[in-house]
Amino acid sequence: MTIDLKAFLDSLMIMLTGMLGIIIVMLVLYLVIVLLGKIKTAPKA
Amino acid sequence: MDAFFNNMVELFANITNITWQQLVMWVIGGVLIYLAIKKEMEPSLLLPMGFGVILVNLPLSGAITQGDEEGALSTLFNAGIANELFPLILFIGIGAMIDFGPLLSNPKMLLFGGAAQFGIFFTISMASLLGFELKDAASIGIIGAADGPTSIFVANYFKSNYSAAITVAAYSYMALVPIVQPPIIKLITTKKERLIRMEYKQKDVSQTVKILFPIIVTVIAGLVAPKSVSLIGFLMFGNLIRECGVLRSLSETAQNVLANLVTIFLGITVAVNMNAEHFLRWETILIFILGLIAFIFDTIGGVMFAKLINLFTKKKINPMIGAAGISAFPMASRVVHKMGRDEDPANFLLMHAAGANVAGQVASVIAGGLVMTLVSGMIG
Repeated sequence: MTIDLKAFLDSLMIMLTGMLGIIIVMLVLYLVIVLLGKIKTAPKA
Repeated sequence: MDAFFNNMVELFANITNITWQQLVMWVIGGVLIYLAIKKEMEPSLLLPMGFGVILVNLPLSGAITQGDEEGALSTLFNAGIANELFPLILFIGIGAMIDFGPLLSNPKMLLFGGAAQFGIFFTISMASLLGFELKDAASIGIIGAADGPTSIFVANYFKSNYSAAITVAAYSYMALVPIVQPPIIKLITTKKERLIRMEYKQKDVSQTVKILFPIIVTVIAGLVAPKSVSLIGFLMFGNLIRECGVLRSLSETAQNVLANLVTIFLGITVAVNMNAEHFLRWETILIFILGLIAFIFDTIGGVMFAKLINLFTKKKINPMIGAAGISAFPMASRVVHKMGRDEDPANFLLMHAAGANVAGQVASVIAGGLVMTLVSGMIG
């Protein structure tokens, strides 16, 4: 097993994209849940 | 007399086929059984796996395929693990067990679930640096999902050469969360931060929201990472059965009978890959070290994210909550709650931590799907 710097640099892209991707997905889910909560608790006219 | 003697020799000839590597594997199988029974470390998986290790490491074992003769365990492996079916079915049971109530009443915990997946991606980079092929590095990184079925699923998806070691490492570290996390949390938080109190207001979550949640999660995760659809879909299907309110007996079956049945087969079948030839290599030790790194950096990711949020908010979050964002449920939330009580007996963090913990369960599965999508795109 050898140190593979090139593979490491390539994998950094996966790290950045993956972390950003998961935070965005969770943020969208958060906003959807907040929105759902607001719709469910909105006073009836 | 000669014939009798020859028959006896033939009968016991297999004993001479035992290799020292197989003996080592018997010991490993014994250790797994010991840990399951005496230490109660993930017993539902480690015990069948430990026994399976002994089964497959008997010389010329009939449990696994030998030449043209198909073994029962190999058949089960092809039927349920090679095609990723067993972990998926298990996910229906797990989904039916999860109560997303604490998360839905405090949805910002979702973000901690996401941040605590950092260890997965960090470990993929570390494994790549150490020369593992990208498909193996991705499979090793998924140990950080702190979710056994996801680890099995992703490792098999990539046809990793190290799926057995990855599975054992994932389940071992899940059981070791109460030992791994506290020193890391203490190292990266101050006493003042650990003393932060968080008020918990019980909010009623309507059944409509509970029903819509699994459907929305599936659609959003599926759009971003289509390869995660089966993973997240089966998990959320189980949860929908639980929350719909009209399928109580199916929900109970999924939580108990289905989950138990699949766990039995999953554990013993995973061992098919744990033959001496595949398992006894120094990469296995490296995978265990990388698995530990994954758990450590999951914890760091969650805690640091909470600290980051605290820079911008008035109502401070106890950063230990971030550490509960890993998927290992309920260990991670119990660890955080206990640490909070150790610092201040009046501090009650359990419900916040439980919210972050179930968020971690969703996030780990989505992270698995993201890794599959990203890495598949790179390796073509």
